[in-house]
Amino acid sequence: MSVLYFIIQQTMYFAIPLLIVAIGAMYSERSGVINIALEGIMVMGAFVGIFFINIFQDSISGQLLLILAVLIAGAVGGIFSLLHAFASINMKADQTISGTALNMFAPAFAIYVARMIQGSQQIPFTDTFYIAKVPVLGSIPVIGPMLFQNCYITTFIGIGIFLVAAFAIKKTRFGLRLRACGEHPGAADSVGVNVAGIRYAGVIISGVLAGIGGLVFVVPTSTNFNATVAGYGFLAIAVLIFGQWRSGKILMAAFFFGIMKTLASAYSAIPVLKSLPIPNEIYKTIPYIATLIVLIFSSKNSQAPRAEGIPYDKGSR
Amino acid sequence: MNSKRKSIFKGEGFVNFSSSILAIICGLLFGFIILLVSNPSQAVNGFLMILKGGFTDGMKGVGDVLYYATPIIMTGLSVGFAFKTGLFNIGASGQFTAGAFAAVYVGIKWTFLPASIHWLVALLAAILVGALVGSVPGILKAFFNVNEVISAIMMNYIGMYIVNLLVRNYIYDPLKNQSVAVAQSAILPKAGLDKIFAGASLNIGIFIAVLCVILIYVILNKTTFGYELKACGLNPHASKYAGINEKRNVVLSMVISGALAGLGGALLYLAGSGKYLQVLDIIAPEGFSGISVALLGLSNPIGILFSGLFIGHITVGGYNMQLFDFVSEAIDIIIAAIVYCGALSLLFKTMIHKIQMKRAKKAEAKAVGTDKGKEA
Repeated sequence: MSVLYFIIQQTMYFAIPLLIVAIGAMYSERSGVINIALEGIMVMGAFVGIFFINIFQDSISGQLLLILAVLIAGAVGGIFSLLHAFASINMKADQTISGTALNMFAPAFAIYVARMIQGSQQIPFTDTFYIAKVPVLGSIPVIGPMLFQNCYITTFIGIGIFLVAAFAIKKTRFGLRLRACGEHPGAADSVGVNVAGIRYAGVIISGVLAGIGGLVFVVPTSTNFNATVAGYGFLAIAVLIFGQWRSGKILMAAFFFGIMKTLASAYSAIPVLKSLPIPNEIYKTIPYIATLIVLIFSSKNSQAPRAEGIPYDKGSR
Repeated sequence: MNSKRKSIFKGEGFVNFSSSILAIICGLLFGFIILLVSNPSQAVNGFLMILKGGFTDGMKGVGDVLYYATPIIMTGLSVGFAFKTGLFNIGASGQFTAGAFAAVYVGIKWTFLPASIHWLVALLAAILVGALVGSVPGILKAFFNVNEVISAIMMNYIGMYIVNLLVRNYIYDPLKNQSVAVAQSAILPKAGLDKIFAGASLNIGIFIAVLCVILIYVILNKTTFGYELKACGLNPHASKYAGINEKRNVVLSMVISGALAGLGGALLYLAGSGKYLQVLDIIAPEGFSGISVALLGLSNPIGILFSGLFIGHITVGGYNMQLFDFVSEAIDIIIAAIVYCGALSLLFKTMIHKIQMKRAKKAEAKAVGTDKGKEA
């Protein structure tokens, strides 16, 4: 039983950032803008967030510091994503190229700044955010050890974000307009929806959430930040595609990848897997191979937003 | 009529060129600002080092530029070729690494081959393995409609881990955590280049890269096959309607793209410059450089050759810039800024193009008008 709890706790560390980033990506893509820059935005958010923790960890401590860092990471992600929004909405640029540029920029910038300021590119931080057991809730049998032991506050933030985001896109006026802009911007425009504005909102939401996701990914899984989020931004896009751009399915997809990633990184703590004569590297490829296999089965009937990736041109209405 | 067509074409080339130059200037300016913010007193010196690039160290510097440019011209060709056929091969890194491993493996293990063809066989192995890795996203795209960007990124990670595993199992030097040295006969011939560019680790790799540029140029512009590939890139539905087997073409263009990247890996790791396959969880940066090279060269093989040389040039500049206590990642920032501006200047380009077309039409209308006047 303890192994099962361990797997679930580990899965949370990996699945929550994926969930946050993928649900953000859903906002961007369903407004009609492909955001391949998530990886770069995650790096940027994590970089500034961790740097903030690194500087202030002596003066502020514990959960307050983490929450402040999350807010900062989100703000940085949102600001950074404006570059992508500007290129793809105002300039009608190729969204893949602009996203790629952001992906290249972020790690270079993180390494450059870190090395200019502190000499080495790795930014260490002390993990004072770990919660061994949440009071009261952690004592609930079964659910307690699964969700409320060995956890981070970011897990609950992530679940909260997901619930709000899933509700907003389905049930609010803004969500409806956003979806319309991704399916048929011309129709949305004709009834007075500001397509550019909505798309900006979509990209910024994805940027904020990707920035948060970057930080949320780094905090539980490492004690220093090395200008990378290990391809999580791209995995989040895979989660989005596997989840068919729908929030409920994205939740399941994120946890599927979380479990795969747990197998890849924590297999040595799982007795059954450790005894198998499979080399370390093969385990590490599991999430990526699983992605490929899953995409093979889920790409045939793609429910991608119709106007995704196409700049909106009023003249072509 | 003939002369008019020529002038339009001339204009197009000029617009392409000027938009790339504009992107470069914007990117460099941005880099200068970064330098200025981080260390105002040395910024000008550092920036001049970037601009001078390979021309700081005489012939050695020029040789270094060619050496750095060789692999990224290959990955640039790989990405650019895929772009021309409507695919985004972000997986050049994985193909590059896989090709490099194949070449190094043959270079170490297949010493039974005659010395004169050993390096050739190693290059061929790299081409084959690169093509194989490239074919996976191609097949998935053609038959399962899998987005090639995602699958190629997954292949980057899979390729990296599997190459790490293979290096560790077959050609491992545990002391240095890297591959053992390749046999002397597998190292690319220098063909006298080491004498012209003394001090640089240059070899015939640059010639092979130029040869590939010419080959890809001919395939894309002078053959039916290339025409079909480009047609699929421009409009897959129309191509299918016209009887082109678009599935086969998607797979083939990814295969060729992968082969180019794989060969690039071989050219770098068989250069005999002290570069070894290291067992690190890092995706080969050459593949991503290839994206910049292709975008900057507007996916045109000739353009890619020059943009590869340019990026090689400022990369050498980045190394030299460390003299002034700057971090060489400034170059990556500049390149990213250039690519971003390149995305914007695509718009700039189409704008100029539209204006030109309008003018041409007006001129034509005028000419027709005067002709009619004469007839009357």
